[in-house]
Amino acid sequence: MSDWYWIFGNLKWNSLVFFHAFESPSASEEIAAGAALMVILGGLWLVWLLTVKGWWRPLWRDWLTSPDHKKIGIMYVVVALVMLARAVAEAVVMRLQQAVAVNDPGFLSADHFGQLFSTHGTIMIFFMAMPFLTGVINYVMPQQIGARDVSFPVMNAVSLALTTAGAVLVMVSLVFGQFETGGWTAYPPYTGIRFSPGEGVDYWIWAVSLSSIGTTLSGINFAVTIYKERAPGMTLMRMPLFTWTTLCTAILMIFAMIPLTAATAMLALDRYAGFHFFTTDKGGDMMNYANLFWLFGHPEVYILILPAFGVFSEVIPVFSGKRLYGYTSLVWATMAIAVLSFTVWLHHFFTMGQSANLNAVFGFATMTIGVPTGVKVYDWMLTMYRGRLRFTTAMLFSVMFLVTFVVGGITGVMLANPTVDFATHNTLFLVAHFHNMLIPGLLFGMIAAMQFWFPKAFGFRLDERWGKISFWCWSIGFYVAFMPLYALGLMGAMRRSFEWYQPEFLPYLVVAAGGALLILCGLIALFVQLWVSVKHRDQLRVPAGDPWDAHSLEWMSAAPAPEWNFAVIPEVHGREAFLEAKRDGTAYLPPERYEDIHLPAHSAMAPLIGVGALALGFGLTWHIWWMVAAGFIGIWAVVIARSFVTDTGHVIPADVVQREHERWLELVRNTPAVDRGVEQQSENLGHAEAVI
Amino acid sequence: MRLARYLNSGGAARAGALLLAALSLAGCADLGFINPAGPVAAAQRDHLWSILWWMMPVVVPLFVLLPLILWRYRYRGAGDYRPDWTHSNQFEVLIWGLPVIIVGVLGYNLWVETVEMDPYKPLPGGEPMQIQVIGYDWKWLFLYPEQGVSTVNALYLPVNRPVEFELTSASVLQSFLIPKLGGQIYAMPGMITKQNLKGDVAGDYIGLNTQYNGNNFTDQHFDVHVVPEASFDAWVTHVKDSGAPALDEKMLAALQVPSVPEAPDLFSTAPDGAFEGVVEQAMVKGTCGI
Repeated sequence: MSDWYWIFGNLKWNSLVFFHAFESPSASEEIAAGAALMVILGGLWLVWLLTVKGWWRPLWRDWLTSPDHKKIGIMYVVVALVMLARAVAEAVVMRLQQAVAVNDPGFLSADHFGQLFSTHGTIMIFFMAMPFLTGVINYVMPQQIGARDVSFPVMNAVSLALTTAGAVLVMVSLVFGQFETGGWTAYPPYTGIRFSPGEGVDYWIWAVSLSSIGTTLSGINFAVTIYKERAPGMTLMRMPLFTWTTLCTAILMIFAMIPLTAATAMLALDRYAGFHFFTTDKGGDMMNYANLFWLFGHPEVYILILPAFGVFSEVIPVFSGKRLYGYTSLVWATMAIAVLSFTVWLHHFFTMGQSANLNAVFGFATMTIGVPTGVKVYDWMLTMYRGRLRFTTAMLFSVMFLVTFVVGGITGVMLANPTVDFATHNTLFLVAHFHNMLIPGLLFGMIAAMQFWFPKAFGFRLDERWGKISFWCWSIGFYVAFMPLYALGLMGAMRRSFEWYQPEFLPYLVVAAGGALLILCGLIALFVQLWVSVKHRDQLRVPAGDPWDAHSLEWMSAAPAPEWNFAVIPEVHGREAFLEAKRDGTAYLPPERYEDIHLPAHSAMAPLIGVGALALGFGLTWHIWWMVAAGFIGIWAVVIARSFVTDTGHVIPADVVQREHERWLELVRNTPAVDRGVEQQSENLGHAEAVI
Repeated sequence: MRLARYLNSGGAARAGALLLAALSLAGCADLGFINPAGPVAAAQRDHLWSILWWMMPVVVPLFVLLPLILWRYRYRGAGDYRPDWTHSNQFEVLIWGLPVIIVGVLGYNLWVETVEMDPYKPLPGGEPMQIQVIGYDWKWLFLYPEQGVSTVNALYLPVNRPVEFELTSASVLQSFLIPKLGGQIYAMPGMITKQNLKGDVAGDYIGLNTQYNGNNFTDQHFDVHVVPEASFDAWVTHVKDSGAPALDEKMLAALQVPSVPEAPDLFSTAPDGAFEGVVEQAMVKGTCGI
């Protein structure tokens, strides 16, 4: 224990990643130092940009303290995109390492490689996928049900702050110290204090804990919002499919995050306080961790995939110019998946040595999920049947999802069989399988959502040309990167291998690395698309708000929508509320009267809690106890202070609402309605000529 | 122009993808359980392919019909347009019925195969030979209690003779897999698992720990030699007579130190209770690589 322990805890001068690059220079250390440098330079660039543009005040006033679900949603997606960039870059580095590491140590150290696959998985699940889908849900769902905000708007901001604090903690681990090497699942006893004594596992524990608490709160928020805030007339069986999948996801979040929070808390007690939950001695049992983790982990898969299913259920009918086929089937299938997802977790460790009958029960349960999923795929196909298909970027990603997801489904049914799983567990076959589910089943969905709802959020469409370039890179890249992994897995290639001893693997690994580079191109094209679209926003604008001739309520307002979403809460008479209003000619009629609108007031609580949570996480990771105390007390001080605030809302006067709304109605009247043939051209100003 | 629009809809990528997938599966080198060297791997491979074939009735319609739909119902295409068609009882029966039937068949199959291929169940072909396996950081110790020899990282198996492995770990969670023989089971500290295997094709194969356990994880592989019965007996005699050291307390303690052996080690004994001792020690003192 050094003299400075009370100030810096375990943090030392040589905890800085740069230190190693100077002390023992190697390619591996330089890559680590380069990554750390990018984090620091990125941070400095952001500070510089905010200062030069004078954006600090607007950032604080309009965004960080905002309880507006739309802004919170957008911020979630920004976090997700930043983390996506890092995790894809890590994937490329790992693929390159594996491609050159056949009977050769390659350019990374084993330890660095271990950190890479651990951060890649942790980020992709907790800090890319979760924020992305939470952001999309936040942005879309309240508008889709005709609400003005979620039920607990400030808690919503707190969720974002906690998740972001976790993401920042993972980013900080690039600069200070090491991350863990036990993978995103962090199985003890390897991650116990005896085998992983450093700060790495602690980074993981606290980052994931923050994220899981944030997600639990989000789940509660979404479920309550859907139950309580629906517009009059919107019965459960009239909710858009995306709202349905959100409801199922929210329920899964509420129940599934708890075992994870418990597991990380117990692992933390083992590591910090000498408990024996998961140690080998004194009655600890590491397989209890596996049970708890996957009791979360399998429903988590459906938390990730169901919102994307919802997105496809919105995108496919809209771009098929047709109502959704098999609504009732899709609702039941979604619910069935949500329920079944809690009954299959043991298939993640068929190899534990339990009885064959037990394995058979869980294997069979796993396989039954194939039924509702298959039904969904057919439903989407039948939605396109007898439609008029328009292949926008969002639609292309949806179609590619269908095909690719079915391939993943086949291997999923294979892996549901314990016998097949025995031979392929922990191999690249498994890695290929879950990427085959999550890249189409999550990422393509989220990208499609971004393409679809971006014009709603910002008032201009995304550039279609770069969107399609990105689509092709992602799609082809996916197949080139992951099909070889199936073959490698069947040949007995292990996951998480930093080096290989079978020269037969080489061609497959080289091809897979090429695929990873293509995916990287896809990601870059996505960012170029954003940049190009912002630059050409005048030609892409769709102020009237309905660029795609869409069906659901969120499109029944200007783009971007006013802070209060709807001047008057709409009455719902059927499933495709906006579509029906357009058909009846009631979509753009002025209401009989306007009323004052009550909205939640801005609050500094969430960002302050975020800062406190970050201090808490960092302090715990490095044993800086004063920081832990400060973070903990700070968080609760903010919560207590907030409880004394009585004025938690503000009122938008009816005349402001009226002025704003009538301006939009007039804009719609003056905007020529265009047919779908010119949808992707600058004539499309967001007023759709009715096709149906 | 039409073709270009079609290509844009993803047809080409699909065709390419399927081709790539087919090539990937067909082109596997002579490794892994799909080129089996034992009955367990062979059964697992057969099961894998049978699932693939049984999936065809549900996936082929999709792969065939989806491109047709994309083409026929493209914007300004020739297909009829029924925007309000949202339900059909016939289709509902088909899209729920077909997957239910297939999953029913596959599920039944799953149950039978899972029980039949329980790794704890001895394989036919006579009394199984016992081998005790201990996973260390980053090596495997094999004890042959009947033969009275032990090895590190070298597994000799007589061809066509069933073998029952008993496994535990002296470090963290590990996972034991010989791809060519099939099967996989965890080796866990303080616990014992079992795996029955048999090699029916003589040859030299690789065995693995597939569960990440630190920097030298990838080095923790071992040589598997499936040899004729006579050669196996000769090998046992050779180990006993070659002056290989006994596997005593000191040797067992030395194995606890994390290391990657350069070459397989041989020991002329397989002391009674050594395996159980490791299991017990894990429960009492825990395991620690450092």
